[in-house]
Amino acid sequence: MDSRLLILLFLSALTIGCKEKQLHLSKIEGRQISISDSLKANTEINDFIEPYRKHIQADLSTVLAYAVDTYSKTDGEFNTAIGNFMADAVYEEANPIFLSRTNKNIDMVLLNHGGIRAIISKGDITTRTAFELMPFENSIVVVALKGSQVTTLINYLSKAKKAHPISKLKLSIDNDDNIIEATINNKPIDQNKTYYIATNDYLYNGGDNMTFFQPNDSLYVLDYKIRNALIDHFKKVDTISPVRDNRFIQIK
Amino acid sequence: MKRREFLQQASASTAFVTLGSAGLTSFTPLKETAKVTILHTNDVHSHIDPFGPNDGRNANKGGVARRASLIENIRKENPNTLLLDAGDIFQGTPYFNYYGGELEFKLMSMLKYDASTIGNHDFDNGVEGLYAQLPHAKFDFISSNYDFSNTIMDTHTSPFKVYEKSNIKIGVFGLGIELKGLVNKNNYKETKYLDPIETAQEMTRILKEDKNCDLIVCLSHLGYHYNDAPNKISDLKLAAATKNIDLIIGGHTHTFLPKPTITKNKDGKNVLVNQVGCYGINLGRIDFYFDENKNKTANGTSIIV
Repeated sequence: MDSRLLILLFLSALTIGCKEKQLHLSKIEGRQISISDSLKANTEINDFIEPYRKHIQADLSTVLAYAVDTYSKTDGEFNTAIGNFMADAVYEEANPIFLSRTNKNIDMVLLNHGGIRAIISKGDITTRTAFELMPFENSIVVVALKGSQVTTLINYLSKAKKAHPISKLKLSIDNDDNIIEATINNKPIDQNKTYYIATNDYLYNGGDNMTFFQPNDSLYVLDYKIRNALIDHFKKVDTISPVRDNRFIQIK
Repeated sequence: MKRREFLQQASASTAFVTLGSAGLTSFTPLKETAKVTILHTNDVHSHIDPFGPNDGRNANKGGVARRASLIENIRKENPNTLLLDAGDIFQGTPYFNYYGGELEFKLMSMLKYDASTIGNHDFDNGVEGLYAQLPHAKFDFISSNYDFSNTIMDTHTSPFKVYEKSNIKIGVFGLGIELKGLVNKNNYKETKYLDPIETAQEMTRILKEDKNCDLIVCLSHLGYHYNDAPNKISDLKLAAATKNIDLIIGGHTHTFLPKPTITKNKDGKNVLVNQVGCYGINLGRIDFYFDENKNKTANGTSIIV
């Protein structure tokens, strides 16, 4: 044992002696290691996460409302029950705030079909449902657009032929995607009127190629997340039973 | 006291021998070797818990606690290990929505991450939201092409860092993606985006010539490659337009590569580009072996992927 230690001492002295030697990169090995359940979880890390996990789980599991059916964004070509629900909920939660701040009403709501990130399942609606529906941090903004710009918005919808969620706007198109009728609050679009359109900041900034929100007459930032509007809405209503309706249809 | 030191040295050497290959040569006094291990993640997106057994795509994969044990084992095997992240630490699970990134940073500190660059989603709570979580991060934020001087993040990031492991100097710099059109201006505020290629040329010059680095690593959140926009700056384009980068650790495009990509730089020399998908379901591992053999030029380096 002792002699071995002596050799080590001798070796380490040598190593220090040749420290200045230039080393060269001789070999590189690269690979990817899968983090799978065959790896043992580190207890210290798990214990550290636990109180955070518990709090979130408890909060997410809070029952807010009840859904009479399962709703999916794929259950309609031009409008869906879930999309109608979301757009109407945004209108109902955001309009009182907008009205109190500006003395004006929101004229219509436009969200995007891709922004519906999950289904609403039949049964209890929890805070988790709202997080699944809207995992992103997007907030509600209200944009003042001239009637002529609203026409651009409507043209976009008629060409996109997607069930982008809308509220207060009614639109029908023919087989060739021409607009048959477009109304806001049951009145035709007035080219000279200013309309107040509620949307989210993602679309306002051109998301989903919705380039018609800018330039505009004015922008009102409500500092109100879409997800929080949904949570507030779920808390207010006991049961939801949205339906697909005739707000956006193609007449064949 | 002295005896204890000897014993520690003895056991360290024994451990080295059991590693095999390079172990025996270490007892030849005239030949010195070094091995640097670089571990990396990208786009973890607040995925702290593993995916559940019923997940459609990533069932039972990921999880920070498992990643911790894996990294711990690799560090035991080679203490000369650097742990890096290529950005988008934030956003994707309620952990971020509830705690704003606090837990992500605390856990990365516990796992002893050395550095991270900044991804577009790390601005999701604004430049203020990122700043607010900095006290929880005990690792470096490296960003070379975001000029934060007119923001609250000013002085809290470094354009590059030099780490020394087993006498090997590893220079790390970081590149972020253009924020305009991708991130709400209200979130990134006055953060200025600088040209990634020009920035990379300056960083590699500093790291190679001024700092005499043996290895240069670029932490990139530019994205691997864009099929629909081949002219858009990406890791593959960056590799081809620059020199002296040994490894680009990428992110943003959530690219799962069957193995690290070997491509050529401006001088025709090999560059390694790697990215390990997303959500912490993989860990990238690159081992760099050094020896004294002067006959080997950089291009004589064997790359095994």
